[in-house]
Amino acid sequence: MSVNFLIHRAKEIQAVIDANAGEIEKLDQEIGDGDHIFNVQRGIKLVIELEAVIKDLPMSKALNQIAMKVLSGIGGSSGALFGTLFMTMAKGNDIDNGVDFKKAIEIFADGVEAVKQRGKADVGEKTMMDVLIPVSNCLKKGVEDNKDVKEILKEAIEVAEKGMFSTKDLLATKGRASFLGERAKGHIDPGARSSQLMIKTVCESVLNS
Amino acid sequence: MKKFMNSADDFLKESLQGFGAAHQDIVNCHYDPNFITRATPTKEGKVALISGGGSGHEPMHGGLVGYGMLDAACPGFVFSSPTPDQMLAAAEKVDSGAGVLFIVKNYSGDVMNFQMAAEMMQGPNESVLTNDDVAVEDSSFTTGRRGVAATVVVEKIVGSLAEHGGSLQECKALGDKVNKNSGSMGVAFSSCTVPAAGKPNFDIGDDEMEFGVGIHGEPGRRRDKMKSAQEITNELLEAINEDLKPETNEEILLFVNGMGGTPLTELYLIYDNAKNMLDKKNIKISRSLVGNYCTSLEMQGASITLTKLDEELLKHWDSSVHTAAMRWGV
Repeated sequence: MSVNFLIHRAKEIQAVIDANAGEIEKLDQEIGDGDHIFNVQRGIKLVIELEAVIKDLPMSKALNQIAMKVLSGIGGSSGALFGTLFMTMAKGNDIDNGVDFKKAIEIFADGVEAVKQRGKADVGEKTMMDVLIPVSNCLKKGVEDNKDVKEILKEAIEVAEKGMFSTKDLLATKGRASFLGERAKGHIDPGARSSQLMIKTVCESVLNS
Repeated sequence: MKKFMNSADDFLKESLQGFGAAHQDIVNCHYDPNFITRATPTKEGKVALISGGGSGHEPMHGGLVGYGMLDAACPGFVFSSPTPDQMLAAAEKVDSGAGVLFIVKNYSGDVMNFQMAAEMMQGPNESVLTNDDVAVEDSSFTTGRRGVAATVVVEKIVGSLAEHGGSLQECKALGDKVNKNSGSMGVAFSSCTVPAAGKPNFDIGDDEMEFGVGIHGEPGRRRDKMKSAQEITNELLEAINEDLKPETNEEILLFVNGMGGTPLTELYLIYDNAKNMLDKKNIKISRSLVGNYCTSLEMQGASITLTKLDEELLKHWDSSVHTAAMRWGV
């Protein structure tokens, strides 16, 4: 994983998120306040705009710049959570000397753990953690079991989708949908949907490369 | 969507510029990162009060910056919490050495961003988390209750204590006490439109209302058929009383808050209806506040907040205040 890899994935994510923007906005209007899609779109745009600044930086510095940009540029829960993800990834051991698949999974998993702490949300609370935690576990397990990279990524795509759909029938206990009580049931969490799309985009891109 | 705006991107900036220019005797607006401070520096040794939240709730919080209330406010994008860099820049500007008290409404985004700011901050700081909305069941396993209109009351009362030399710990304790002594509940007749979204957050029939709403144009706890003002007021007050349990003859502050799209005429009508009910229950209204303080853009609707008052709270409620939105005793 290189800085160039991050920038390219961000551009692909932008295209996918834009293509699904209407759906995500609608999900958020049903159980949130409708701003999630704008926050995500603004965040991705800001990351892509960093290209010139970060393209020649070492990985730790590049990730830190992304973290600070996301944190200050998005606002809301998304900014704090994605900021925490990248900030933690930036602190990964020895990442300036190259990040192979195993290392990438390791820092991603550390990032997801930090996001879990920051948002105080676990699986089953109708948030993006219903996607990120199972995906992180699946990736870690795949590496531990020495599975083929392609197999791991395919599995991660499935796990992400399953996690996203699982939020539909959940009662929200964290985040803004939690204020709706029973009314939130029957709706997919918009944060779970946007996270699932991002995971899918990155995994597919690696699979097809 | 019909709004006074030139472009969604400039919406917040132009509004802040206007606010800063209109009230330049009281506030200074700072940009990139955005924050609002008093026009005069913090008195040495005075605890600095900083609040903030998404924009769209004006006059909360920028309109509450000034003598006797906040030292700074950090406005986020419309309905999105502000970010740690805003809080840090504001703190650096207004901290006089006596510490910073953050006043935060209990919404996930606000809580996380203020927490990150507190972790990054060097000097002493504390936070008061408001969660006065009785429409939401409180629980330590969930996000819990929302912080809504009582935040204005917390800022007024703690602002007075800070002005009169209260320490950081004393200010924090009083803020927690006011929050605990307060309960709010809101109802909406319409949704509202976030400028960037361009359309209302939900559709609602002419004969319907959303009961137990927050302040972001989001749906409430349930949708009901329209009722008379007295019936709506009674339901709001019953929910608050059940939670707050004011005693007979206990003194309270009755705060009728508009959500932005309901005229004062109706807010005073709600006040009258609330007084009818509280009188019957022998609850003594000793202070009042009626107006648009904690709004949700152009949403039609209102909330009622009750705060139980003791001598300490009364004294700090009555003390002088000079902000863009609240001014008395000066």
